[in-house]
Amino acid sequence: MILVTDQPLRHEDAERAVSDPGHGAVVVFEGRTREWNGGRRVVRLEYELYPEMVERELERLEAEILETHAVGKVAFLVRSGAVPVGEASVIIAVGSGHRKAAFDACRMGIDELKRRAPIWKKEVFEDGEEWVGHSSGNPVDPV
Amino acid sequence: MKIRVLYFASLREKLGRAADDLEVPAGATPRAVLDQVLGEKLAQYRAAVAFSVNHEYTPGDRPLSDGDEVAFLPPVSGG
Repeated sequence: MILVTDQPLRHEDAERAVSDPGHGAVVVFEGRTREWNGGRRVVRLEYELYPEMVERELERLEAEILETHAVGKVAFLVRSGAVPVGEASVIIAVGSGHRKAAFDACRMGIDELKRRAPIWKKEVFEDGEEWVGHSSGNPVDPV
Repeated sequence: MKIRVLYFASLREKLGRAADDLEVPAGATPRAVLDQVLGEKLAQYRAAVAFSVNHEYTPGDRPLSDGDEVAFLPPVSGG
């Protein structure tokens, strides 16, 4: 299940999407806006997405996870726009028969989402704003 | 040929717009179009941008086709 929305993400939607009588393990990861970063106070994060491509990349990632891990269901919930402190910008849920596969698959989900999904994060501080990762000027590997 | 070009995040802000419809020569590449759009003033962004064509990551030297949607993607930072 893939959901891209500008509305607040609901933990129970992710959980429900991967629930199944055969799933003895459900792992849910939430990435939330943290109040302090590098000694500066964060007011909110602003997320910009390329929605059609995010959906395509996440569908592909979901299929890869299901192929490489012994898990039954995977859910990606992604929020665009302003995300206040304490709220989630991403939720990844995995349902599986057993816990190890569920943890491993969830970890792959968030790591690969961060690497491939065309999503950009701007940190808005009390005293300024900054696109994360843009000042480094590091070349990107075209996938 | 005609293509649509999309800009995101810092690049969108630097350029002051989110998209362009451009007329480019047959066989133009994403990299060549990027160079044209950035000009000398924004040339420092060249190295950090990745490309997609019709929603797929694409090498910068692959020739474009008429009607393609090209996106210039600054380093991603989701999650």
